Amino acid sequence: MLKVLRDLLRYDGRFRLAIILLGGVVVMILLSYDSPYDPGKSFVVPWDLPPSREHLFGTTSRGQDLFWWLTFAVRNSLFLGVVTAIISRVISVLVGLTAGYRGGWIDRVLMMVSDTFVVLPLLPILILLSFLLRESMNLLNLAIILGLFGWSFDARLIRSQVLSLRERSFTRTAVYSGTGGFWITIHEHLPFVLPIVFATTLNNILWSIGMEVTLSVLGLSDLTTPTLGTALFWANQHGALVAGVWWWITAPAMVTVVLFLGLYLLFTSINEYIDPRTRLRLIGG
Amino acid sequence: MRKFILRYLIPRIIQYLALIFIGVTVTYIIPRLAPTDPVEAQVSMMIARGSSLDPESIEAMSTALTELYGLSGSPVEQYFTFWGRLFRGDLGPSLGNFPTPVSKMIGQALPYTLRLLIPAVIISFILGNFFGAMSSYYPENKAFNVIEVLGQAVRSIPYYVVAIVLLVVFSYFIPIFPFSGAYPIGTHPNWHSLAFIRTYIEHAVLPAATLVLVGFGGWFVGMKSLTSNIISEDYVVYAETAGLRKNRILTQYIIRTAMLPQLTALAMSLGTVFSGALIMEVVFGYPGIGSLAIRAVYSNDYSMIMGITIYSIIGVATAVFFMDLLYPFFDPRVRYQ
Repeated sequence: MLKVLRDLLRYDGRFRLAIILLGGVVVMILLSYDSPYDPGKSFVVPWDLPPSREHLFGTTSRGQDLFWWLTFAVRNSLFLGVVTAIISRVISVLVGLTAGYRGGWIDRVLMMVSDTFVVLPLLPILILLSFLLRESMNLLNLAIILGLFGWSFDARLIRSQVLSLRERSFTRTAVYSGTGGFWITIHEHLPFVLPIVFATTLNNILWSIGMEVTLSVLGLSDLTTPTLGTALFWANQHGALVAGVWWWITAPAMVTVVLFLGLYLLFTSINEYIDPRTRLRLIGG
Repeated sequence: MRKFILRYLIPRIIQYLALIFIGVTVTYIIPRLAPTDPVEAQVSMMIARGSSLDPESIEAMSTALTELYGLSGSPVEQYFTFWGRLFRGDLGPSLGNFPTPVSKMIGQALPYTLRLLIPAVIISFILGNFFGAMSSYYPENKAFNVIEVLGQAVRSIPYYVVAIVLLVVFSYFIPIFPFSGAYPIGTHPNWHSLAFIRTYIEHAVLPAATLVLVGFGGWFVGMKSLTSNIISEDYVVYAETAGLRKNRILTQYIIRTAMLPQLTALAMSLGTVFSGALIMEVVFGYPGIGSLAIRAVYSNDYSMIMGITIYSIIGVATAVFFMDLLYPFFDPRVRYQ
């Protein structure tokens, strides 16, 4: 593990940049535990102040210090992303392993369902869903809903891996020595797909945070919880751009960009590292 | 031909029907999972807001709602009525603009979305694939590397944030593009006037640019990884030793082969792009389906949200199906199966 990290740090500029960007995000999250302001309270500081040394990102029209508020927003958004990723990973691993190993009509049905979820325009469905559940919507519920919708593409990816594992001789040895199908998938195949599962986790975190931003901007999430999406929602609600409070829009947008770039670079870097062909090209082999 | 129908056409048709079936069934189940009685909640919300409707209209609305949610009869009956109404294209009246039919309002907004979405998808697909192939065929060219880094950077960021950054930069700090809408408020769409078409295009630049920018990186990366495997194939090496012109090798031997998986990916991505277009419209106040959706959310127009969801599913499914039907024209292997 340490050696992998060292290799990546040495040979991959994207990995280094990702570590720097995500390092900034982690610092923000840690700072949120030592925030001088309660994010739930408004009018604790003078409102509409532009960015200054005292208020790093300026203050909002609701009298909140934007920097400290955003530390909570990043923390909550990332929490949502991780919960969604865990739920959808469980589904995609189960579906992918089963479809790949069992084959036949089980495979066909599972892949038809998963293809459907890939192609479906999810935003309108999520709008409908969160519109109806608006009263009971909180961060955890949203994470669960997103988790139930975000597994499909990766299930297909995992399946295609298992399809090739199934033809390998160790699978046949296991089958001939009387090992059950479930045992083979969990103990023999799962370790092989774990690297992919990890890489897709990062991608799924990105997707779910983006979805949260989208739904919050439409006013369809729990708007009292600070997240990157609700930050933008409140800025829009107060007509921040028209009122000239541009930092209210710009700061959350920039924090989102930093978080997304960091996660995305980490994702591509690890993804290429997993694939031995691109890894060789990376170190000039 | 018979083999083609059995092996290619029928599975596609089954997939198409399955897509619509699953999508519509999900939309049917969702309201039934909601903890509150939707009709009652809806009507009391309207009354609480001091709606100016007379009792008769409220009664009509309540009936319309019960029917819309399909809440009369047993669940099985409800499910079939739901499908029956879908086949007739009847999605009930809009609650925000009672009693204008939902279908009519969607029909008015849809052209705005499509006139943006279709060109933007085509442009980003062509540019992304072209630059992706060029960059893997000429790996020493620095300009392509810069484009790759930029494209990848934008690709990961949500549509909403890209749109808002473009808006802030190009119509707030550097005001060269209009702030919102599809044409200036007060003007009437007149497709015979050149001046109107000009402002229409001006208004479309930033919204379209959002879709193109986000899409570009994905096609670029996909094409690059596909072509990097193809350039070492025997037939490409042979063509190079035979002294074919580089352009010909690139277009006929490399891009053409890599195009096929990219077309499949294009079909797979339509749902995501469509969702992105909806949220982009909200940022730019563009009068398409996305703006219709946000207005429906704000005015608690449940039937409109339902209608948009179902129409989106059917629309995207049909678009994917048509792409599948076109695929054999690009891939001779499917054609001569």
